[in-house]
Amino acid sequence: MKELSQKRAIAAMPVAGNFRAIDFVLSNMSNSHVSKVGVLTQYNAGSLNEHLSSSKWWDFGRKQGGLYVFTPTVTTENNFWYRGTADSIYQNLDFLKNSHEPYVIIASGDAVYKLDYNKVLEYHIDKKADITVVCKEFPEGEDTERFGIVKMNEDCRIENFDEKPMVAKTNTISCGIYVIRRRQLIELIEKCIEEERYDFVRDILIRYTDVKKIYGYKIDSYWRNIASVKDYFRTNMDFLQSDVRDYFFKSYPEIYSKVDDLPPAKYNVGSNVRNSLIASGTIINGTVEDSVIFKKVFVGNNCTIKNSIILNDVYIGDNTHIENCIVESRDTIRANSYFKGEGDIKIVLEKNERYVF
Amino acid sequence: MIKKEMIAMLLAGGQGSRLGILTSKVAKPAVAFGGKYRIIDFPLSNCINSGIDTVGVLTQYQPLRLNTHIGIGIPWDLDRNVGGVTVLPPYEKSTNSEWYTGTANAIYQNIDYMEMFNPDYVLILSGDHIYKMDYEVMLDFHKANNADITIAAMPVPYEEARRFGILITDEDRKITDFEEKPENPRSNLASMGIYIFNWEILKDALIKNAEQPGLDFGKHVIPYCHRNGNREFAYEFNGYWKDVGTLSSYWEANMELIDIIPEFNLYEEYWKIYTKSNALPPQYVSRDSVIEKSIIGEGTNIFGKVYNSVIGCNITIGENTVIRDSIIMNDVEIGQNCTIEKAIIAENAVIGNGVTLGAGEEAENETDPTIYTHGIVTVGENSVLPDGITIGKNSMVSGVTEESDYRDKYLGSGKTFVKAGDER
Repeated sequence: MKELSQKRAIAAMPVAGNFRAIDFVLSNMSNSHVSKVGVLTQYNAGSLNEHLSSSKWWDFGRKQGGLYVFTPTVTTENNFWYRGTADSIYQNLDFLKNSHEPYVIIASGDAVYKLDYNKVLEYHIDKKADITVVCKEFPEGEDTERFGIVKMNEDCRIENFDEKPMVAKTNTISCGIYVIRRRQLIELIEKCIEEERYDFVRDILIRYTDVKKIYGYKIDSYWRNIASVKDYFRTNMDFLQSDVRDYFFKSYPEIYSKVDDLPPAKYNVGSNVRNSLIASGTIINGTVEDSVIFKKVFVGNNCTIKNSIILNDVYIGDNTHIENCIVESRDTIRANSYFKGEGDIKIVLEKNERYVF
Repeated sequence: MIKKEMIAMLLAGGQGSRLGILTSKVAKPAVAFGGKYRIIDFPLSNCINSGIDTVGVLTQYQPLRLNTHIGIGIPWDLDRNVGGVTVLPPYEKSTNSEWYTGTANAIYQNIDYMEMFNPDYVLILSGDHIYKMDYEVMLDFHKANNADITIAAMPVPYEEARRFGILITDEDRKITDFEEKPENPRSNLASMGIYIFNWEILKDALIKNAEQPGLDFGKHVIPYCHRNGNREFAYEFNGYWKDVGTLSSYWEANMELIDIIPEFNLYEEYWKIYTKSNALPPQYVSRDSVIEKSIIGEGTNIFGKVYNSVIGCNITIGENTVIRDSIIMNDVEIGQNCTIEKAIIAENAVIGNGVTLGAGEEAENETDPTIYTHGIVTVGENSVLPDGITIGKNSMVSGVTEESDYRDKYLGSGKTFVKAGDER
């Protein structure tokens, strides 16, 4: 994911034309009536902060609750960046301590899914669990090497948790979504940092597997992590299937995003679009096939775009051929260019000056 | 103390009866336009883009859609601690109660609202025109001329001048005389219905003329001020401005948006038009579809063929359906194998499979020949058209219709068919 995340945090990656990855988790929070959300960011937070500049799109602009963005700050006691996931929570522990809500949901911003966290919470209470981990069973043969692998007993208690093992014992992966009692979390995190351990998965989940009651909550609905180029590409292409679109866009509850006030997409004479998603503000003069075109893209005359993802605000000059590519946002592709990913998906990152009209 | 230099009063209470069935349930400013917008988005966006953050919207006729659209003004950044957008419906008073009886009467009944902001100037707008205009430049003109009233005016061809209120000015653009829809116009400067008033002048004129029945700006207030010797100036505007008061002008203005470089360009960065959008997802275009020279809103799924059309949000267009020269508003469902030519289909309508709209030769509409013209087929909102029917030109259908409502599944050109009954 290096080339794409040079520019922005993965949570800010554009997904499915009009959205960004974090919209899914934020919408899930909002739709689960979780009214107080803290977003912990550090790496390349620019795009993310811009996206979160107002909390009203997810309905978080409330007197009770709200959306809080926490980036690392230098204080008299601390001048570190976030040294790990547990440390990022530790550095904002006052937020947790000053809250009164009994439970905390920890989730990452790099997954595309719909989930009612209340269901997980009910399960958590039901099982009298200390920590509940949302899990998904991957189909046989699916690549699990980027994920934490869990092994549960019949009661769904997690017996074994391996972080990115060479050989996976099961094909049940952790989705990186946890429910935990707030006081329990504070206690665990404080102890963890005291011992100079900073990672939530390695130093809490795995270390405490036998001590604490850690349960797995299985989901079988759509869930995809986008943190690799392959998965990012595949997730976007999934939205060309009508069942995926219907699941996310046409059934309750909805996914929200920042509203950009772009005009409708425009198809000029010579446009030829097939099996593609087109976002608003886009102007098309050429051929687009099996692709996802994000917002405010301009496709010039006589262009061919095949099996590709064109991110926001890209200008594509005339007679250009793009195939099996991801074109980075705000890019300008000169006329008569040719890009084709052979075997793998090619990331196109031209740094041309935009011709200003 | 609250102080705003200029506030805007937006007249949005009119029916706009020349839009026929389109305004039977909604006020004209709430009629959809250009795929995802409503007509009122244009003056509201102009306000915020011109730095006016206090807007009173006067509503009267069928205000529900308008109210829900405006809400607290979030889409236009008009949710403010002080000012922002306020919807002003007519209200009951202790001594008398009356509807808004005229444009100026509506403003008169809201003197208290305007007084709250202690303005120097009041901008009067109407909610039924499509244009982009910087009211701040107009205010600069107003101040530079030390004017009491400035009226925005637009040069029109002399042949058309007799359809408008015409302003006659000297070379400094000071207004010397008016003519309302003159036979032989002496000038071609048409009033656009956009006024800047010095607040004291406006207040005085409204109070002095309060008893005038149907108090109107063009007919009463402006002439009154002129007689009083107030300095009135015409501010010439040469940009795009379109009155979408009739079905044919509404259709035309929509179609102008799909030109390669439209005269009215929605894609300009520095003068955005804002709207409340209820659809976010991208549009999907299937493997067998063809789209040419069209604009299409968010969340729409296209399986058919679309040419020269303006398509709104959350619409489904079925396989093998061909749409030409048409306007489809939000949330419409169109089945498979339809042929739709030069139609306006209002929000939330359902068109069955194999429906043909705009068939045959043109014939004059039998009930409203001045409204349903130019060969346009109009389908009212929430209407249902059953499978396999054919409808001719200059016709209008509204209501939840069934196959048995049509003779031989056919409604000829020039027919009007309104089926009353339960809402879908």
